[in-house]
Amino acid sequence: MTPLLRMEGISKRYGGVRALEAAHLACARGRIHAVLGENGAGKSTLLKIAAGVVKPDTGTIELDGAPIALAGPAAARRLGIASVFQELSLLPDLTVADNIGISDPPTKWGLIDHRAQRRLAEAALARVGATDIHPLARVRDLPLSRRQLVEIAKALARDPKILLLDEATSALTAADVASVFRVLQKLRDHGLAIVFISHRMTEIAELADDCSVYRNGRHVSTFVAGSKAPTEIIEMMIGRDYSSVFPSRSPRSPGPPGPPGPVERSSDPPVLKVTNLSWAGRLRNIDFEIRPGEVVGLGGLDGQGQRDLLLALFGALTGVRGSVAVNGVNVTLSSPQSTQLRGGGIALIPEDRKTEGLMLPMSVRDNLSFAALDQLSRFGFIDQAAEQTAIASMIQLLRIRADGLDGPVAELSGGNQQKVVIGKWLMTRPQIILLNDPTRGIDVGTKQELYQLLHTLAADGAALLFYSTDYAELIGCCDRVLILYDGAIVRVLEGDAISEHNIVAGAHNLATAAQPAAEPRPPGRPA
Amino acid sequence: MTIGGLFRRIDRALVAATGCIVVLLIAGALYDRNFLSPDYLLQQLQVAAFLGVIATGVMLVVLLGHIDLSIPWVVTIGGMMSTAAAGHDGWAGSLAIPIAVASGLAIGVINGIGVAYLRVPSMIFTLATNAIAQGLMVVHTSGFAPEDHATPAMHALAVERSILGIPNAVVVWGVIGAGTVVVLKRTTFGRRVYAIGNSERAVYLSRGNVRRIVVACFAIAGACSAFAGVLLAGYSTKAYQAMGDPYLLPAIAAVVLGGTSILGGRGTYLGTVAGVVLVTLLQSMLSIMQISEAGRQVIYGAVIIVMLLVYGRSAKVVS
Amino acid sequence: MTSRRATDTRYWLASQRGPLLAAALFTAMFALFVVEHPAGLSANVVNTAANKGVLLALVAIAQTIPVLTSGLDLSVGSVFVLSNCVASSLVAGSPGEVALGVAAVLACGLLCGALNGLVVVIGRLQPIIATLATGAMYTGVALWLRPAPGGAINEDFADVITGSLGDRVPFSVILLVAVVVVIWIPYRRSVLGRAAYAIGSSEQAAYMSGVPVARAKFVAYVLAGLFAAIAGLVLTCLTYSGEANALLGGSYTLSSVAAVVVGGTSLYGGAGGAIGTIFGAFVLRTIGDLLFVFDIDPLSQPLFLGVVLLIAVSLGSFRLLKVKKRLDLYR
Repeated sequence: MTPLLRMEGISKRYGGVRALEAAHLACARGRIHAVLGENGAGKSTLLKIAAGVVKPDTGTIELDGAPIALAGPAAARRLGIASVFQELSLLPDLTVADNIGISDPPTKWGLIDHRAQRRLAEAALARVGATDIHPLARVRDLPLSRRQLVEIAKALARDPKILLLDEATSALTAADVASVFRVLQKLRDHGLAIVFISHRMTEIAELADDCSVYRNGRHVSTFVAGSKAPTEIIEMMIGRDYSSVFPSRSPRSPGPPGPPGPVERSSDPPVLKVTNLSWAGRLRNIDFEIRPGEVVGLGGLDGQGQRDLLLALFGALTGVRGSVAVNGVNVTLSSPQSTQLRGGGIALIPEDRKTEGLMLPMSVRDNLSFAALDQLSRFGFIDQAAEQTAIASMIQLLRIRADGLDGPVAELSGGNQQKVVIGKWLMTRPQIILLNDPTRGIDVGTKQELYQLLHTLAADGAALLFYSTDYAELIGCCDRVLILYDGAIVRVLEGDAISEHNIVAGAHNLATAAQPAAEPRPPGRPA
Repeated sequence: MTIGGLFRRIDRALVAATGCIVVLLIAGALYDRNFLSPDYLLQQLQVAAFLGVIATGVMLVVLLGHIDLSIPWVVTIGGMMSTAAAGHDGWAGSLAIPIAVASGLAIGVINGIGVAYLRVPSMIFTLATNAIAQGLMVVHTSGFAPEDHATPAMHALAVERSILGIPNAVVVWGVIGAGTVVVLKRTTFGRRVYAIGNSERAVYLSRGNVRRIVVACFAIAGACSAFAGVLLAGYSTKAYQAMGDPYLLPAIAAVVLGGTSILGGRGTYLGTVAGVVLVTLLQSMLSIMQISEAGRQVIYGAVIIVMLLVYGRSAKVVS
Repeated sequence: MTSRRATDTRYWLASQRGPLLAAALFTAMFALFVVEHPAGLSANVVNTAANKGVLLALVAIAQTIPVLTSGLDLSVGSVFVLSNCVASSLVAGSPGEVALGVAAVLACGLLCGALNGLVVVIGRLQPIIATLATGAMYTGVALWLRPAPGGAINEDFADVITGSLGDRVPFSVILLVAVVVVIWIPYRRSVLGRAAYAIGSSEQAAYMSGVPVARAKFVAYVLAGLFAAIAGLVLTCLTYSGEANALLGGSYTLSSVAAVVVGGTSLYGGAGGAIGTIFGAFVLRTIGDLLFVFDIDPLSQPLFLGVVLLIAVSLGSFRLLKVKKRLDLYR
């Protein structure tokens, strides 16, 4: 049957970077098509072209056999192509109803008919199971997971023929994800064509009918979902041999041998000791310590205080009660500047690298040296030679790939950008490293490099506190996992006890370790 | 945008501004041969120096992504405080200039506190401090033109030429400018100023003391404006009401025409120098040609728009 | 059903917090003024206060619309003055000629706004510097029209605008209400009006949502020019002449920004509106009146005005005390 959407020979360059090279994609009616590939593979660009946000340099797009030219997002929408991207297209200061009806709202006498629009919004929200969202609420006041739901509701409100999703569920809670998947499957059965990008193999396994893999802007392969093994798929994506993702840390994880030797549980005094930490009702009596060389993970459902804990330890919160001791000495963390301590200090790899970790228009070099400026200067004057040497060695260590190190860091791929953020902090030689979901939206290849890096840092004596929404990461990287629920630590898992089952149980604050669930559950997102 | 592109962008501003200066010089020379005489050009530089000192402070604030609308009356305060102090015999007289600069610095600090600590948008906060500065001066002078005179030192700084026949004002501007260039390019402070203009949040999370830097930049801007007021008072040997008003638009225009983005995070001091010279020459030319005030305003506005269309355009929203 | 209406009202109230505060502030101040004024609530007192307030309110509405798109129009004062000069030349003669004259004044405002819109939208210049430059140009044209103060206006027409209905309700206020009902409210409920809010909220997201960004921005500046022209017309009715007073224009421009902020519209765009701005403008004007009524030394009045303005714009900073996450203070 003729595909509903067919893209052929699509090429797109951004300055010197080739985002897409003669790529093609075809999706049929009533099929869910997964698009896979590393960051920089061109997946987002391909979808943005289909959505009319970006214009291709060459190539054709056909809708139901007829060629179309998309002048902009409005044109795509009119043709029945709806899209949800990672950068949400919601207007924060407008209401949910206004957002859902933002393009082509129902009108009466030339003006917007707010009542009809509200009915439209309520229907759209109900369709995705978001009945707890009030149509008159301002989007700005909603948490990220609700916003993503509104975004999806908005896309579906127009009864599109094709739905494009780019990491559209990254911030959703598990219940929401399940609910959205049900809706998508139902719509698929009614003939909707869905193209979606995801870095999560579990999502792909659950949802996709067909898969296409891209690498370096080119199409590699298209196949029916389930016909290839995950390792095979990953190898297609990164184009090289794919061995264990996580360096082995302790006897608990059998498998191909990784870097030499497990890290011995040291008996040194703790680098970080947190006692009775509380904040604004969102963190309650947190007690834990980290020894040098330990990687401690924060687990639990999204929004239980994990991110707040990291911010508290970095001095970005006020009204924090309790005490924090570094190397046995109590410290008052009143601002990020107070994290600069003898012995290395505390570093934070923040939640959003684009707005919190980097100055996008500034060069890669300037970004790298930014946090260490005080150490690289005398009496306020920057020691240029020392700065360049430090930068060069960091670039080498992290294998940061950039065409122009003097060019703006905005031009780098997501994975390389995250490396710059980490490199910036490594230049301050921190003793304690806090990581806020560092591999979100990063491709498999770079993730692997980052895991290796974390392992090396721990082996060198740093103490790591690592928040991740990915269970596989917590299991693969951490010596201990603290499960947070409602701002308090409800469970501490160590060594062999760190398993997906226990993490899930702890996350839901289930007191006893119940029997594992009947049906096999793939690792990754919570139940 | 690669480094080549970035260079091209900033260079474009510098090239365009310099090109415009050359055009103006030629046009002026065609109108009146004396336009290109060294004496006249030095005089132009001298006048430009006053604007240049103000523009230095404005540039720092704009680099942060803010704006300072309190310039008019801080300049006036500088002029009036220095001449008022000069009126007293003894130690107050010899401290006329530092007192004036300190007044400007103080207002700058207040601006900085309002913007950095109270998080009031800079446009509206400096508007209010401008009104307060005006109010203070009205009270101080009871609404009349002040009778005080400038000190000989002020006059010497503003008018006389000591080194190689170069006006002192130009030398002073040069020193201030050189210091600014060093600070912007070589110090951690300067690096952070550019960074704050790009992303305050990222600077905060990278251990930068955002608030202190913002206060410092506004303080420097206030000091520069007040110092310019001192020079102006020295030039005319007295201060007068609203003496700073004619300098607000030209200062902002000079900074922007020099390639500094009004949104912050980008710009060079050399560009600002070119912008200042350009604006000064333009104003002189228009008055020499005896174009009516109406014509001058229209041409002034049109030139700014045309120049900015060449190199001051924002990127398209479409990727 | 009642609980739904209650929640709806709650949401609406939350979104109108700024304008409601400004309205409350103005009511309190005006009450104080009337109580303290020797003449009390007489027609003359109300009329004079209204006329001054309406002038600033109109210019401030002009400023509000581009600000909603997170832009700025620093030429509103110049368009205001220019329209005053145009009106002083053309709004004269027979009723037909007066009507044509009024149309010409409004057209002048529309043209100036259109030029601003072109420079900002197609030229892609930053509004703050672009409108500063166009403002200089409009001032120049005004000077060319009226090198010296002069001109006249059809006196019957002028008296209508500056009089009172039944000696109680000033016509200028009626005009203001009419302008809001006929122009602002339909605009706000139109696609282009909502688009302005969307652009100010997030231009990138607005574009991706298919909002007509270019058209909406352009219309915003055109409307600003229109409102400034209406204000200029009213000024001519009050002064019976035209004057190319650049200082007045500059002062109105800056005051319009203050009125926008006091009225609860965010300078970052996306929230606020004309109604709040109107109250903001009236608050600013009443401060001056209050100082007069309380017999504050005229020499100290500018200082008082400045201090009150400073306090008014800093009031919003109290909400900072509630912030528990310091990170949120930084944009």
